[in-house]
Amino acid sequence: MNKYYLGVDLGSTTSKAVIINEKDEIIGRGITNTRANYSVAADIARDEAIFNARFSILKKNLETEIKANPEYKTYINDLENVFQYEQFKVRLDKIGDELVKTCRTFFKDGKKQEEILSCLRMIRKAFKPKVKQDYLFNNLGAKNQFFRDIVSEKYNEEVNKLDISLFEPLMTVWDKSINPAENERVHFNFRELIHKAMDELKEKYNQLPSTAADDTSVNFDAEMNLLKGNFQHVSESLRTHIDEVTELEFNVANMTGTGYGRALLPFPQECIRSEILCHAFGAHAIFPDTRTVLDIGGQDTKAIQVDKYGLVTSFQMNDRCAAGCGRYLGYIADEMSISLNELGPMAMQAEKEVNICSTCTVFAGAELRELTNLGEKREDILGGLHKAIIMRAMSLIARSGGVFNEFTFTGGVARNPAVNKYLARLVKENYGDGIKINIHTDSIFMGALGGAMFARRNINVNLPKNEKKAMTQ
Amino acid sequence: MGVKPTQPSQREGLKQMQVYKNKMDQQKIQNKKTSLPPLGGGGTAIKENSMILQKDMLAKQFNELSRAKELGKKVVYTFVPGNLTELILSFDLLPVYPEINALQSGMRKKSAAYIRDAEKTGHSEDVCTYVKCDIGMMLNGNIGPTGEKLPDPDLLLLSYTGCFTFLKWFENLERLYPGVPVAMLHTPYQEDGKITDEMVQYMVRQLETEVIPKMEMVSGKKFDKSRLSEMMKNSAKAEDLLVKVLESAKRKPTPIDAYFAGVYYIGPIFTAFRGTEAAVDYYTELWNEVQERINLGLGPVTPEGELNEEKYRLVVEGPPNWTHFREFWKIFYDIGAVIVASTYTKVGGVYDLGFRHNPSGPLESLSEYCMGCYTNLNLPQRVSLIEKYVKDYSADGFLINSVKSCNSFSAGQLMIMRQIEQRTGIPVGFIESDLVDPRYFSYANIKNRLESYFQMLEQRKIIMTQGV
Repeated sequence: MNKYYLGVDLGSTTSKAVIINEKDEIIGRGITNTRANYSVAADIARDEAIFNARFSILKKNLETEIKANPEYKTYINDLENVFQYEQFKVRLDKIGDELVKTCRTFFKDGKKQEEILSCLRMIRKAFKPKVKQDYLFNNLGAKNQFFRDIVSEKYNEEVNKLDISLFEPLMTVWDKSINPAENERVHFNFRELIHKAMDELKEKYNQLPSTAADDTSVNFDAEMNLLKGNFQHVSESLRTHIDEVTELEFNVANMTGTGYGRALLPFPQECIRSEILCHAFGAHAIFPDTRTVLDIGGQDTKAIQVDKYGLVTSFQMNDRCAAGCGRYLGYIADEMSISLNELGPMAMQAEKEVNICSTCTVFAGAELRELTNLGEKREDILGGLHKAIIMRAMSLIARSGGVFNEFTFTGGVARNPAVNKYLARLVKENYGDGIKINIHTDSIFMGALGGAMFARRNINVNLPKNEKKAMTQ
Repeated sequence: MGVKPTQPSQREGLKQMQVYKNKMDQQKIQNKKTSLPPLGGGGTAIKENSMILQKDMLAKQFNELSRAKELGKKVVYTFVPGNLTELILSFDLLPVYPEINALQSGMRKKSAAYIRDAEKTGHSEDVCTYVKCDIGMMLNGNIGPTGEKLPDPDLLLLSYTGCFTFLKWFENLERLYPGVPVAMLHTPYQEDGKITDEMVQYMVRQLETEVIPKMEMVSGKKFDKSRLSEMMKNSAKAEDLLVKVLESAKRKPTPIDAYFAGVYYIGPIFTAFRGTEAAVDYYTELWNEVQERINLGLGPVTPEGELNEEKYRLVVEGPPNWTHFREFWKIFYDIGAVIVASTYTKVGGVYDLGFRHNPSGPLESLSEYCMGCYTNLNLPQRVSLIEKYVKDYSADGFLINSVKSCNSFSAGQLMIMRQIEQRTGIPVGFIESDLVDPRYFSYANIKNRLESYFQMLEQRKIIMTQGV
C-alpha cells in the first residue's frame, strides 16, 4: 500500500497542508485562512490537501489516457472546480443557518426581525447563482479564493444595494455570524460531493452555447470543444476511475506540524517542528543547491542560511515588527481599496519608485495618503512600497550573514511579481551577478512541504533503523 | 486519519500552567520572606550550603549599609567591571553597586515602575535600563533589595570608563546628590589586544593622584598598602577556586550551569566581597559542593530541580535578562540545554585566562585587573576567547543574547557570531531582550527562536552521529 506523509503549516494568515508520497513528490495541497480555532484551520487545510491528492492521483493514473484524450484533463479540472463549489454550498448553508439564528437572538422586536430575515433570504437568493457561475466557469480568477473572502465580498455587494438604514443591522448580523460559522468543523463526504459535482457538470455542458467562437466569456478552447459534444461519454469512461480514487484509503504514515500555531496543533510533541527548519528543508528539497532562504509570510520575515544537507546553520527573523510582510501588503491594499492580488501587478507599472520612509505598517498608510495628496502616482507609490519591503528584507539577510548562491525565496509574498522584481534588482546590486534566485510556484507551501518531508524522515520519532537511510538519501 | 482531538493536550497545558502558577505564587511568598531573588531556586529547589552562605553575606552587607550613618561608615558607589573593591575595603569604606541593585530590582519585578519614573523625569526610551532602573529606585527612596534603605553616596567612584554610559550615569547621580565628590579612573581600551607597561603606569598614576587621595579625604584614613596586599591574597585564593568551579563545566555531564547559575557564583567575587575571608569561605564551600556533584556524576542544580539529561552544551555571549530570569532559564532546562561557558561571568574579570590579583604589586595588579575585564577586550580577543570556550568545553552550539541596553556588549555581536560560525562550524543562534526593562522581553518570540535553534542543534547531532 502507498504511504503518504502530511505537513501542516499553521501560519499567522494562512494555514497550509501538503501531502507527499514516498518519493517526496507533492501530491496534494490545501490552503485556508487561519482563524481563531487553529484546529479547524488545520483540519480544513488537511482535508483540502487530501481531496486535491485524490484528483492528482486520478490524473496520474490516467496519464496515458489523458495524453490521448486531452478533453479528459479539462473534464477533471472542471470537476475539481465544481467539487470545490459543492463544498462551498455546504458552508454557505451553515452560514445561512447561523445568520438566521443570530437574527432571531439579536432582534427581539418581531417586525424588525422579520424585516431583516426577509433581507437575508433575498441576499442569499441573489448571490448563490453568481457564485455558482464563478466556480463553474472558473471566473474567480486571481482573487482570494477562501470561503470567508468570497462570501464577505458578495454579502457586502448585496447589502450595499439595499436601503442605507439596513446597512447597520445587516452588517451586525454578519459580523456576529461569520466567526462561529467559520470556526465550526464541517465534515465533507467526498463520494457524495463528487457525484453531485458530476451531475452539476452535466448541466453545465448541456447549457454551453453550441458555437464556441461567439462567446469569449466562457473560456473556450479546443479541449472544451471536444468535450462539449462528448461529455456524456467522457464522464462515463472516467466514472470507474473516479470511483477508484474515491475509495482510496489515505494511509498517512506520519505528519509534522509547523508554523506560528504549531504548539496549538493537536499533534504529539515529537511531530512539531519549527517553521524555520521546515521552510529551509522544503526550499532545499525543491532547489538542492540552496544556501540562503528568504521567507516572507503573513507576519514574519525570515532569513535562513542552510548547508548542503538543508540543515539550518543560522537565521534571523523580524519578530518585533511586521512592516514588510504579507499583512503589511494587505493593509496597503485596503488603504488603496484594491485587492491584495492587484497590488503587485500595479506596482509593476511604476515608472519610478517613490521613497517610502515609514518603517511602520500603520504609518505607511498615512504616508501613502500624504504622497497621493502630493500628486504622486499610485503605481509609483506602490513601486516604492515594494522596494521598501525588499530593502527591509535585505537588511535582515545581511544580519543573517548575507546571500549565498543559490538563493531561494519562499512564502506567500513570493507570489507578488513586484516583490520579485525588486528582490532580483537588490540582490544584484548587493551581491553581484553570480547569484541564482529560485522562486517556485509552490513557494507558499514550502513550510508544509518541509514538514511533510520531516514526517517522512521520521527524524523525531527515532526509528533507529530508518534514520540513517532517510537522512542520507 | 491521524489528527486527534485537542482536548487532552489543552487540558494538560492548563494543568501545567496551574502547577507553574502555584509554584510562582509559592516563589512570591518565599521572596517576600527573604526579600532576595531566588538563589538557584527560591521555593522547591535544593538549598545548598553555599547558597545559604551567600544569602547571609548579602543580608549582612545590606544591613550594614542601611546602618552606615549610625556606624559612622562612608559609602562609595561604584561599578562592577574593573571594580576596585579591595582598595575600597582597605579604607573601611562600604561599596554600593548600582548595577547590582538594578538587576536585583529587575528580578524582584520592580524595574518596570522604576524605569517609568525615570522616563517621567526625561530619560529617553533608548537610555540603558540599568541607569533608569537605578535612578527610578533613588527617586523612590533608594530602598535596596533587602527592603532596607541604601545610604547616600559619600563618593562616586567611576572605576571603568570603557562604558560611556557609566560616565553619564554618574553625572546624573552627581546631580541627584549635589556636592558628592567624584573620582574617575580612565581605563584604556585594549585596542591592540594587549596591556602595555605604559597603560599600567598610566592607571597607577591615576590611582595615586586621583583615586587614593579622594578615598583618603572621604574616609579620613591614610592609604595602607600592606593592608591592601593582605586582602589581595584572599582575592587570589577565591579567584583560584572560582576558576576551578567554572572549569568544572568542561566535564560531561557538567556539574554546573555556567550562565544562569554562574551569575550566582560570580556574585561575591565581582562585588563587595573580593579580598575578604568570607569570600574565600564561600568559594571553598562552593568548590566542595561542585566536587561532590562531580563524584556523584550529577548534573547542574536549577530552580526546576536537577538537570538529568544533558542534551545540548552551549556557550552563551551577553548578559541574561533579569526580569524573566527564571522563565528564561526554564526554556533551556525544559529542553535539556546547559550552558557550559559564558562571557557574562567574565565581566568582573577573565580569571580563567590566568589573571590573579598580585599582593606584591597591588596597584599595578588593580590596574591590570581593570583593563582585563571582558568588555575591555577588543573584538578579536573576544572572538578568540569564545572560540576557545567552544573547543575547551566541547560545546554543541553558540548563542547570543543581545540586550538592547548595553553597547559594551552588543556592538559587534553579529560579527562575533559570524566568526564563531566560520571558525568552529557549530550552529549559532541570536536572541534579543534587555537587562531590566520587561517591555523588551517577549517570551513568545524568544521561545520561538530558541525552539528553532534547539531543533537546529538536534538535527546536526543526528547528522554528525551518522558521520555523513
